[in-house]
Amino acid sequence: MDKTPASSFSTIIRQRVERFGKLSVRAIEETGYMFRLLYETFEWLILGSKRKQPVRFKSIFQESMYIGIQAIPIISILVFSIGVMLAIQGIETLKPFGAESQVVLGIAISVTREFSPLIVGILVAGRSGSAIAARIGTMLEAQEIDALRVIGIHPVRYLVAPIIIAMMICLPSLVILGDIMGLLGGAIFTNIQLSLPISVYFDRTFEILTINDVMQGLIKSLFFGMIISLVGLANGFQVEGGAEGVGKATTRSVVMAISLIVIADMIFTYFMNR
Amino acid sequence: MNQQPTTNQENKTPIVEVKDLVTHYGTRKILNNVSLKIQQGEIMVIMGGSGSGKSTLLRHLLGLHKPTSGMIRLLGNDITQLNSKQMHELRQHMGVAFQGGALFGSMTVGENVMLPLREHTKLDEQTMQIMTRLKLELVNLAGFEDLMPSELSGGMIKRAALARAVVMDPKLLFFDEPSAGLDPVAAVELDELILQLRSALNMSIVVVTHELDSAFKIADRITVLDQGEILMSDTVEAVRSSDNQRIQSLLNRMPRDHAVDTDEYMRRLTGYN
Repeated sequence: MDKTPASSFSTIIRQRVERFGKLSVRAIEETGYMFRLLYETFEWLILGSKRKQPVRFKSIFQESMYIGIQAIPIISILVFSIGVMLAIQGIETLKPFGAESQVVLGIAISVTREFSPLIVGILVAGRSGSAIAARIGTMLEAQEIDALRVIGIHPVRYLVAPIIIAMMICLPSLVILGDIMGLLGGAIFTNIQLSLPISVYFDRTFEILTINDVMQGLIKSLFFGMIISLVGLANGFQVEGGAEGVGKATTRSVVMAISLIVIADMIFTYFMNR
Repeated sequence: MNQQPTTNQENKTPIVEVKDLVTHYGTRKILNNVSLKIQQGEIMVIMGGSGSGKSTLLRHLLGLHKPTSGMIRLLGNDITQLNSKQMHELRQHMGVAFQGGALFGSMTVGENVMLPLREHTKLDEQTMQIMTRLKLELVNLAGFEDLMPSELSGGMIKRAALARAVVMDPKLLFFDEPSAGLDPVAAVELDELILQLRSALNMSIVVVTHELDSAFKIADRITVLDQGEILMSDTVEAVRSSDNQRIQSLLNRMPRDHAVDTDEYMRRLTGYN
């Protein structure tokens, strides 16, 4: 009688191990695929002209318009709000010590090192990462990728490279904008709450901030850009099963990109602040 | 409609030559020792039912899949041995019109047709526009170059895809299911267009279809595929008069006989052995 539960338990264990093994293999395959896309992008960027198939500047510009320029309003609003929130929390926290004016330090460091790149990364992952996966997946299903290949246009040169390059240009640019807007949010609230003039706030901010603080955010954003584009592209190129498959790839790419951004941020923060 | 001479074909160098092609998806064999030849200026129709392997064969001919074994020679080049650069150069002499058109949704019809010229030639903008209009004129789509693909009907999308496929004046044109999803009039118009294109541009054309009327109208020769094997590759008349049971079943739209083993059927349903 007790043979059945034991055998079913071992079956469950075997199934779990099998599933874990399959997921691990898939994760390794996907990572390898992403690195291949990245390698081929730089290959086309360097050797494209020699092969008489350069990566088109116009395509990079078009991608940059969507990823970067059109994201300016929402990023400005969100990081500005983060700056205001940091000011509110900072002033409240420092009030018992009578050190409210030190809030400038907290806002300057946390916006440039942490919040601006993180918020920009998450927002672009949600906005552009999903769009990349959906677009590539739809093109794949409609045989447009095959059409590119048979026309003699390499999809990496024509589709992938412009997206990755645009992302690596736009993310740091958006982080600089985010830095300014976050600091401005903090400055305006501090001005209202503590009557600290905005010019004095920025003078003190520039005294506190080092180039290392700003660079931390910019270097992170460069990697976040790579993560968002590669995750979106890899998911898009693996779409199967029509519209439902495109939907799944889109959701998966957003969840995956945001998770990887947060984990990568933690790792970067640890190593950059040792 | 056997317009081109098909005698003495063995003496000519074929434009397309497939020899002993075998391919698998996983462990399943999809194509089994497929061999065929297509001559210059010939329209070859590859015909077969669903799951016969005709779309897989087309994807191999386009170099989109690597076969398990066998040789595929296009325009004198064994594509199974070509590197990506050589394949890229060869593809400039080939045109493909996909079943759903595969027009790029973010571009106008004119931009779609112009894309191969823009990517592979150094022609000035005005010349490219003239060539684009010329090809659109050829497929009766003059004046439609500024529309988006989403604004076109099914037949118009296929004709626009055809214009894009022939814009580089290829020596070899592939057309996947030209009549699929079209009303009878549009399908006949497209068949006429394929014949006109062959006359005007003297290209070899490979058409994959399961539409019998269309196949008989445009083909010089027909290759009949069934379950991954070539049943016959011959003239329209020879295929029509074949006494092969499977070919006649296909031509007369007769369903395949499936012998039902009751025990096996119950085992499949219940999952018990």
